[in-house]
Amino acid sequence: MLNSRIANAAREQMKPPIRNVGVIGWLRENLFNNWFNSILTLLVLYGLWLFVPPLFRWAFVDSLWFSSAEACRDINGACWSIIPDNASFIFFGFFPKGEHWRPLLTMLLLFGLVFYSKDSKHWKRSLGIYWTIGLISMGTLMYGGVFGMPVVETDQWSGFPLTLMLALFGMVFAYPLGVLLALGRRSKLTGIKSLCVVYIELIRGVPLISLLFMSSVMFPLFLPEGISIDKVLRAQVAIILFTAAYIAEVVRGGLQAIPKGQYEAAESLGLGYGKTMRLIILPQALKIVIPPSVGILISAFKDTSLVVIIALYDVLKTTQVTLSNPTWMGYSREAYLFLAALYFICCYAMSSYSRKLERALHTGR
Amino acid sequence: MKRATLDTQTSGTNGDLPPTVPFWRDPDKRGMVFQIVVLLLALSIGYVLFTNTQANLKRQSIATGFGFLQREAGFEIGDPAIAYTAADTYSRALLVGALNTLKVSFVGILLTLLLGVIVGISRLSRNWLVSRLSGGFIEVMQNIPILLQLFFWYALFYEAFPAPRQALNPLPGVFLCNRGLIFGVLADHPVHSHMLIALLVGVFGWWLLARWGHKVQDNTGRILPIHRMGIGLCLLLPLLLWLFAGAPTALNIPVLKGFNFSGGVTVSPEFSALLLGLVLYTSAFVAEIVRAGIQAVDRGQVEAAMAIGLRPGQVLRLVILPQALRVIIPPLTSQMLNLTKNSSLAIAIGYSDFVSVANTTINQTGQAIEGVALIMAIYLCFSLSTSVFMNWYNKKMTLVER
Repeated sequence: MLNSRIANAAREQMKPPIRNVGVIGWLRENLFNNWFNSILTLLVLYGLWLFVPPLFRWAFVDSLWFSSAEACRDINGACWSIIPDNASFIFFGFFPKGEHWRPLLTMLLLFGLVFYSKDSKHWKRSLGIYWTIGLISMGTLMYGGVFGMPVVETDQWSGFPLTLMLALFGMVFAYPLGVLLALGRRSKLTGIKSLCVVYIELIRGVPLISLLFMSSVMFPLFLPEGISIDKVLRAQVAIILFTAAYIAEVVRGGLQAIPKGQYEAAESLGLGYGKTMRLIILPQALKIVIPPSVGILISAFKDTSLVVIIALYDVLKTTQVTLSNPTWMGYSREAYLFLAALYFICCYAMSSYSRKLERALHTGR
Repeated sequence: MKRATLDTQTSGTNGDLPPTVPFWRDPDKRGMVFQIVVLLLALSIGYVLFTNTQANLKRQSIATGFGFLQREAGFEIGDPAIAYTAADTYSRALLVGALNTLKVSFVGILLTLLLGVIVGISRLSRNWLVSRLSGGFIEVMQNIPILLQLFFWYALFYEAFPAPRQALNPLPGVFLCNRGLIFGVLADHPVHSHMLIALLVGVFGWWLLARWGHKVQDNTGRILPIHRMGIGLCLLLPLLLWLFAGAPTALNIPVLKGFNFSGGVTVSPEFSALLLGLVLYTSAFVAEIVRAGIQAVDRGQVEAAMAIGLRPGQVLRLVILPQALRVIIPPLTSQMLNLTKNSSLAIAIGYSDFVSVANTTINQTGQAIEGVALIMAIYLCFSLSTSVFMNWYNKKMTLVER
């Protein structure tokens, strides 16, 4: 009797009402689940309706994509033609016209290497060798002087390759320096420790552009007479010194996260300081700080744009030069939006990769 | 260090072992030697740089020292915070620059906190549309260099907004054109300063009331409507004073005269673009910090708060935010410092902040070392004072555990 009642109840169980499933259910759940959210949704929709259609019209309907600057004067929409018309200057700046394949190949090589390094299965010693070979061949491609490629001095390196180079070398050289600084900051030797603390706090306390100023106006005063260092290199040094201080703090966080037992275990094995760090502590600490390091790389990439202020021709500066051309004056919105999209794609790819990495490395604990 | 003590101990109890280890195996002594070497290296690098600099300065016959600060600057500064003319000294010009930096940083930090908290909370909203929109805002703002954003807003002011004659007029008395944002204010009247004092008295009264209310609540458990009373006090005192002064309502409305507006308050395009860029960029980072802080609060806390019948707003205000603040404050401090440091990019769009004034000074006097040293000193000052204040606040807010 009881059994049959249960069976009946089970049979009477109905499907959920249509209001809770499907599109309507989703809408009720996510947009209109109470009066406050309903009002909020309506307000946001109204705001979007005010802004999106005119913007869409401006960017896509009334716009021109491949035309002359004269044709753009007659339209109400965006004039995207400024990009394809000046692409080679925006991307490669003053690199000699006939040689544009060299920075292009360099960039492709770089993207290839980055793409290859994305997969954590490839993180072996061979990766380091590939990178070394890659960096050397990129440098050779850019500078030339061999295989019949004419020499291109560094002051002609400009545009997007310069942006990428400043960021890449900033990271590659800042990382080891940052690790050393972090180790120094955690060191028991008071002299070393205070030196590192002063360095890190000093650099982190001032804006990057004050360092760039230092590199451009003060650094020449430091050098003995007759020796001058290339402007790009000086800016690069400033970026490296700046990034290293930030890396040092990130790595310090990683070092602090290593349990004391690991140090004690290494000590009980009779390992010295160098071996303890190299074999036990750093491999663990650096693994922990990979995601925040990617964060530093992203900001280093964005911060390279500040070299505009000391008149280096990175991709932002070449865009501005294009805009100062009377033919294309007045289309800065289009040019800057394009540049924003370019930076956004690069940075977003890095940050979403860092998030993926964080999830992949978040094992246990 | 441990090994050394171990060795001396064993050597003390057991005479067979050699009494000391050779000094290159003793970590203490090795560390000492290493430190001396590094310090000597640093000192000698410093010495070489110093002598080179001396020689170079002599050859280029650049004066050293801060004597130039007393000389006439001879350049104009756009919207100075205090009275300034080109005839004033470099030190006054630099002071104006420093005050401009303080002004844009202070206003920027306030607006950033406001916008960042709103976006951070909306990111967690159950409303799909709102949370996606704020997520998009965060991603876009975080991933575009701030300098590019500044250029964009600045260009927008100059290219998209019309000349004063065709100024946009979104609200009565408010004009938007390529000369900046111009809006009307109450005409100057002596009672205004008195009203400000009355407001401060009101705030102080509110604080006293709150203390008294806490005491009453602790002793008797009665909850008094303290904050309603406090707000009333803050509004009523200045209002009474205003009525007493004969309720002056004269307005200082901007009027178009010739090619520009006169009257009202003008916010220059440089300041507006800088503020807009700094606030939008930094608030995206603040929003992520706020979100992470809120998510760090244990879910049980929310459930417990709901179980005792608090409404969502109350849960947020009384339970989540006080706990989240502890996680939020340290990274928030560094974002505030970032905003202050990023305000130095003002130089790129022609707003006269400290760096911009110092740069002009360097170009005019050639005294690069003093100029860069001043820039660094002032930013270190800002950084250190902000972090001292935030550390104090942090200590005050930290959880007191048994």
